[in-house]
Amino acid sequence: MNVAIIDYGSGNLHSAAKAFERAARESGIDAAISVTADAEAVRRADRVVLPGVGAFADCRRGLLEIEGMAEALEDAVRKGGAPFLGICVGMQLLAERGLEHGDTPGLGWIGGAVVPIQPSDPKLKIPHMGWNNLDLNRPHPVLEGIATGRDGLNAYFVHSYHLLASNPDDVIATTEYGGPLTAMVGRDTIVGVQFHPEKSQSMGLRLISNFLRWRP
Amino acid sequence: MLKTRVIPCLDVKDGRVVKGVNFVNLRDAGDPVECAIAYDAAGADELCFLDITASHEERGLLFDAVQRTAEACFMPLTVGGGVRTLDDIRNLLLAGADKASIMTAAVHDRDFVRRGAEKFGSQCIVVAIDAKNVAAGRWEIFTHGGRRPTGIDAVEYAKEVTALGAGEILLTSMDRDGAKSGFDIELTRTIADAVSIPVIASGGVGTLEHLVEGVRDGHASAVLAASIFHFGEFTIGGAKDYMAKAGLPMRLDRPAF
Repeated sequence: MNVAIIDYGSGNLHSAAKAFERAARESGIDAAISVTADAEAVRRADRVVLPGVGAFADCRRGLLEIEGMAEALEDAVRKGGAPFLGICVGMQLLAERGLEHGDTPGLGWIGGAVVPIQPSDPKLKIPHMGWNNLDLNRPHPVLEGIATGRDGLNAYFVHSYHLLASNPDDVIATTEYGGPLTAMVGRDTIVGVQFHPEKSQSMGLRLISNFLRWRP
Repeated sequence: MLKTRVIPCLDVKDGRVVKGVNFVNLRDAGDPVECAIAYDAAGADELCFLDITASHEERGLLFDAVQRTAEACFMPLTVGGGVRTLDDIRNLLLAGADKASIMTAAVHDRDFVRRGAEKFGSQCIVVAIDAKNVAAGRWEIFTHGGRRPTGIDAVEYAKEVTALGAGEILLTSMDRDGAKSGFDIELTRTIADAVSIPVIASGGVGTLEHLVEGVRDGHASAVLAASIFHFGEFTIGGAKDYMAKAGLPMRLDRPAF
């Protein structure tokens, strides 16, 4: 199985790749993990991962600057049905638009917009930074074996914006921070997580391994 | 619910952990990777390396240590000490650090915080503040391990770096550092209440109750400690259990694998 982690100049992907390698090894999956900026490699990949740190508009620009990448993503994921995992800003880019530093169009694969977190309690700090549990809207194979709810496992978050989906069915899980924040979205062969599985210790490795095993 | 973070901090010199970690049998207590793996297994929520390498030429050893740690531990890693330029931040992030902690460079050039946040995002810019109580309800920033006063008011400075794009503040009371008498709660609360970003309390932890006080009374989002964990006086798990019993939201996860 070829897994392409898209490198579009948004941070260091070396440790993310190591997390995917570890998760594959621990669950006995034969996977070749590559960090790539090559649109053709993405087009041919069996699974596609879009990471992202920083601001929505910068990430969007970086992604589009790679010639043929937008088309390759469409071909591999939306036409070819390759399982797709977006992480943090890589998840936010699935939305129709992002409102960080202006109004920027996203991939539009998930209806909705990326908006600032506005907790009901003004004492809550922004960014939402640290470990928080997931509240499940609907089960998903990528969350298999990961306990959710108040006493569930925690994932590592760091973000000031979140994806407000227009269709509630696209929201797989939320996390509570002065109101629900979107933690995981998905439809068809696409999932996106606001948190960082590559920084979430064993919970994150389990999620990555579930993603590698997922046959939508 | 967002959990309170417990962050052990390791001093690293020439790519080696100074003093080491003595609560488990490590083959090499000076190896940052082994120490990080031990803390990872013990349930640390994040890890912090403070580089105390004297010469700039030896920085390569730090980057190598950061890289090997990031490859072995899938948890957030903050690295501070000698971060003076955008290239320093870039090199740490490329080595695998998630956040860079900046101190003296930000004191001398406030705009460095803004440039760092614009270039790499607020989420990876931690501003470290070393403060000393100079009058009732007034704290001043000190540099050079608490030896050099700057005349800068710590609370005003915290507000300023927040506005410039810092993502987090690592606040150390230089009066309490090493004293084991607890955090300076008034300082911690004054700054935590004055800024919109998370504050990590540091300096002075001697008991587990001190950790609780830092969050409950000092309004910190996270607590950082070094010696109480390194020497096995308290374990991370014991600290988190204690804090949970005191009513603080803690991550007490059992491994998912």
